[in-house]
Amino acid sequence: MSQDSDVARQYWRKNLKLISLLLTIWALVSLGFGIALAPWLDQYQLPGTEFPLGFWFAQQGSIYVFVILIFVYAWRMNRLDDQFFSDQDGR
Amino acid sequence: MMSVTAWTYLLVGASFLLYIVIAIRSRASSTEEFYIAGQHVPPVANGMATAADWMSAASFISMAGIISFSGYDGSVYLMGWTGGYVLLALLLAPYLRKFGKFTVPDFIGERYYSQTARLVAVICAIFVSFTYVSGQMRGVGVVFSRFLEVDVTIGVIIGMAIVFIYAVLGGMKGITYTQVAQYCVLIFAFMVPAIFISLMVAGTSIPQIGFGSNMIGTETSLLSRLDGLHEQLGFTKYTLGSGNTINLLAITIALMAGTAGLPHVIIRFYTVPSVRAARKSAGWALLFIAILYTTAPAVAVFARTNLIDTVYKDGEFQPYEQMPDWFQTWEKTELIEFDDKNGDGLIQYVGKSAVDSAGQPIANELTIDRDIMVLANPEIAELPNWVIALVAAGGLAAALSTAAGLLLVVSTSISHDLLRKWLRPDLSEKEELLAARIAAGVAVCVAGYLGINPPGFVAEVVAFAFGLAAASFFPAILMGIFMKRMNREGAISGMVVGLLFTAGYISYFRFLHPELDTAENWWWGISPKGIGTVGMCFNFTVAGIVRSFTSDPPEEVIRMVEEIRLPEMK
Repeated sequence: MSQDSDVARQYWRKNLKLISLLLTIWALVSLGFGIALAPWLDQYQLPGTEFPLGFWFAQQGSIYVFVILIFVYAWRMNRLDDQFFSDQDGR
Repeated sequence: MMSVTAWTYLLVGASFLLYIVIAIRSRASSTEEFYIAGQHVPPVANGMATAADWMSAASFISMAGIISFSGYDGSVYLMGWTGGYVLLALLLAPYLRKFGKFTVPDFIGERYYSQTARLVAVICAIFVSFTYVSGQMRGVGVVFSRFLEVDVTIGVIIGMAIVFIYAVLGGMKGITYTQVAQYCVLIFAFMVPAIFISLMVAGTSIPQIGFGSNMIGTETSLLSRLDGLHEQLGFTKYTLGSGNTINLLAITIALMAGTAGLPHVIIRFYTVPSVRAARKSAGWALLFIAILYTTAPAVAVFARTNLIDTVYKDGEFQPYEQMPDWFQTWEKTELIEFDDKNGDGLIQYVGKSAVDSAGQPIANELTIDRDIMVLANPEIAELPNWVIALVAAGGLAAALSTAAGLLLVVSTSISHDLLRKWLRPDLSEKEELLAARIAAGVAVCVAGYLGINPPGFVAEVVAFAFGLAAASFFPAILMGIFMKRMNREGAISGMVVGLLFTAGYISYFRFLHPELDTAENWWWGISPKGIGTVGMCFNFTVAGIVRSFTSDPPEEVIRMVEEIRLPEMK
């Protein structure tokens, strides 16, 4: 039982670490690049287009990053589940 | 050649037939099927259903219009309504799926071992859902009246009848598979005109790239040209914001947390077979949503430029007589209004800082309802009739799919949380299922009534829905999962403080003193739309303080929290 809860604690700590990393990126691209830093980023353009960079992050870039973040989380966590609890059903 | 009306009857009729066939094939026979579709929904299908559930008449019809008129400032909706899915996927969905009951009040009630908490959650869920659903029914009525030339009331009744069939018969099971079909209809309807226009203007079939790349035969992009037109006509530059950073941040955060806390979105993740499926499904949901949400800003720019080009050509304001047909059609619905203030017969469409060659200010003479931008866009761009009709079918799919999801929340809150778990615990499953069907039926009728006689403040109450979800559900569920020792007293006092503060602030500025609703009077410069963020912070703070001097939750609740943090075993 004590070994079980040790495994559970480790698993949970890894999960929290992954969540913090991904949410930092989440806040950076939207609240950071899209809003707080947008006026400064607008002096640059997205290479190959005429999008002001801050405007692009606010209306396009942040959304693409959000989609990637969720799939990365699903992929990493499903792998973590296998590592810690290998008798998981394979769905 | 077939007329727009004939095409609309054909496409809308065909799509409705499809929804009814699906509904009849997927009837629910148990409460488990009625509430959570028997947990047999594959992740990709659930992703599509979630996307249709989420994207309402507001996303399909209004959002591109809002962005079209507010430019950069409209970004808060784009980021807020998509960023919330990251919170949902990382912080809520997998654990709620592991918990594995039927409703959001179920979780709140059991995690905080309190019927009071359950009741607060039920009231919030019903209030938020009805707020939302009246807007959807209204959207159905507007589409019907504009494209099929029937009365708004008849339009709403037809919409109600369709939802009634599949929500009452099929419950969550029927709703899920109709939503999958509705997603396909609505995304096709949204993308086709956008791709058409992008090809015509920028020569690329990807609208997301088209609105920032060079226009055919020129060296400037559409976006830069629009910025230029805005400057000439005295509007704020399209790509520049109003500059109130704190308020933009607060609104975005409130919309994100509110999205993650909306019960009709959360319950979709109870329907998948496993925790793993819930994680993946959230990714699919956001991917399907992102297709529309990244296209909307392109549509906004196309529509805005087309509109300005119609009334302002080669540096000259155009005469009213030369306006194309769509101008008069929409004038009849009073969604476009022209008031020739200086009597010169020209349409002066200008912003606040416009001046003529002598330096005198010019008065604006044209008012356009932002809701028509998506609906009128194909006409303005002179696209084929079937494309215009397709947009009508898409708008209806968006409104009906969201309405059904919301009505299910109302019916399960009543039959499961109020009756089974509170008033009549001895209810048999058969009786509960019957109660759920009756509740769904009554809810459809109430929603229809609200659609025909909309309370004058629908737009205001939507701000309410997000603010309340952000200040109540989101923090309560989050702490329930991530703070093992959060107790009943802390959670309830946090929810109550968050709710009262947010509701009070919005009511004060929106209903009691609308004349004071300006930036100088807002606390910390935060508008009622963004105040949910502050309410959420109060919720967390009060919950933490109250918890610190009250007793720990019972042992079995702590074990339950430990249990939901682990993935399921075989």
